[in-house]
Amino acid sequence: MTEPQAMDGLDDLGDLYGEMILDHQRRPRNFRDLPDANRRAVGHNPLCGDRIAITVRLEADSIREIGFTGDGCAISKASASIMTDAVKSRTRAEVEALYGKFHSLVTGPSTGAPGDGAALGKLAVFGGVSRFPMRVKCATLAWHTLRAALEGRGATVTTEKESS
Amino acid sequence: MKAAVRPRRPAAPALDVAALRREFPILSRKVHGKPLVYLDNAATTQKPRAVLEAVTRFSEEENANVQRAVHLLSQRATDAHEGAREKVRRFVNAREAREIVFTRGTTEAVNLVAQAWGRRHVGPGDEVLITAMEHHSNIVPWQMLRDEKGARLVVAPMDDAGDLVLPELERLLSPRTRIVAVAHVSNALGTVNRVAEIVRLAHARGVPVLVDGAQAAPHLRVDVQALDCDFYAFSGHKVYGPTGIGALYGKAALLEEMPPWQGGGDMILSVTFEKTHYNEVPHKFEAGTPNIAGAVGLGAALDWLGSAGRDAIEAHERDLLAYATDRASAVPGVRIVGTAREKAGVLSFTVEGVHPHDVGTVLDREGIAVRTGHHCAQPVMERLGIPATARASFAAYNTRDEVDALVAGLGRVREIFRR
Repeated sequence: MTEPQAMDGLDDLGDLYGEMILDHQRRPRNFRDLPDANRRAVGHNPLCGDRIAITVRLEADSIREIGFTGDGCAISKASASIMTDAVKSRTRAEVEALYGKFHSLVTGPSTGAPGDGAALGKLAVFGGVSRFPMRVKCATLAWHTLRAALEGRGATVTTEKESS
Repeated sequence: MKAAVRPRRPAAPALDVAALRREFPILSRKVHGKPLVYLDNAATTQKPRAVLEAVTRFSEEENANVQRAVHLLSQRATDAHEGAREKVRRFVNAREAREIVFTRGTTEAVNLVAQAWGRRHVGPGDEVLITAMEHHSNIVPWQMLRDEKGARLVVAPMDDAGDLVLPELERLLSPRTRIVAVAHVSNALGTVNRVAEIVRLAHARGVPVLVDGAQAAPHLRVDVQALDCDFYAFSGHKVYGPTGIGALYGKAALLEEMPPWQGGGDMILSVTFEKTHYNEVPHKFEAGTPNIAGAVGLGAALDWLGSAGRDAIEAHERDLLAYATDRASAVPGVRIVGTAREKAGVLSFTVEGVHPHDVGTVLDREGIAVRTGHHCAQPVMERLGIPATARASFAAYNTRDEVDALVAGLGRVREIFRR
């Protein structure tokens, strides 16, 4: 088509499916069930088919060890993988704070560098998600599941009902 | 590929797709800066100008309530509503217009039968026979009935290709089977089921059959008399009509002996606090003010289908599906899900190593709309051992160029995920 393109889909896709995200999707870290877990929860987005089980060894209010299993899209898998790396040896309050920053990142304005880039570390690679509102629920499923596990909530969680 | 190439009748006049596309205003829009390639027709079809204008014209010139007043507009609105019913009758080749009940869509039609017919005829220990490829809307209403009545839901299996195993279905027809509910065309796989044969098997045991025609009505000629089915349901918005309107065909004798479903105005003849006399079929099942403009739009959509040429559309869609099947199969890593002997309208597939959701996102950025997920048919996905598929589904206005765009998009998917 001859008219100028308002938005270049390819750059967006490059941001969404960055190298690190694809790497974690292919070789997810901490991809296991912890046999000695004392916190666990399951996340399920039935519309997508994304399913994740998180197991945590919580000691003195901090995450000693964490693992996840399950299947889903690149975003949900990479998010779980990078998250499990990021939250190790953090306290519950720290996880909550980190989640807040992550949530702002993936739902936030689509232009400009995220202000919390430094605090987010590797999690900053999910900045591209904000331009794909339909995919926010994929990025946040692991987080909601982890929070449910840490709070000791038993029920399966889903992010398909939240408005981005 | 063997799918969908079986010619059914002499060659229909070729469809002038370019001209036909111009009748659909939305097809000229862009998505993410790219021309829209709309391949989510099994979810809902786009509407031609004839439908949009019929709805507007009705609202601007004839709007009033139906079956109520002596004034001119009420008469016009009633004529328009009943005129649409006659168009639906012709569309499915029912004997009489009173065999057509307007509903919100297929889902409501199935619920109507499960409740009004099912509550009377299905009891504890009785069986409702469905199939492994039903849409949730032809599963859940029967589960609700099952739970209320202490009945059983029995599921006829399909094979790995997505064909029903008819000898198994026949074996599962038991003395306790009260009704068979089956999709004419599978929304997730595109399988065209041999409905006439299923009806024959069921009727041999005195069991009535409901056909979920939501995915068949847009693609195939529907003839309820030839099928001899007892109920047939379809949705307006999948046959180029508006959302919120659909129809249930039911054999007159069955509809007549069924109790009403919902109570209210229009479905009654007279009401006192002691006793209400119900209206005649089909009005008995249409409580409250109906979706009059929706029915008018549906009638216009069926007229449009007729004038575009249903045989020509069927031949065109057959060609598209065969072409798409060939081209997509040739993309490395793409696997077609659903390879039934006869298919219509639907190409479900997976891309090795890439979740369907990611496929859908990449295609969307190319302007290509496909559905990803379980397609409201979770049991189908479970049966095939996959969480989800991507699904391209075709309509009269799709072209081989759009199939080429889809294939190029799949190349893009591989490019991104192969880095």
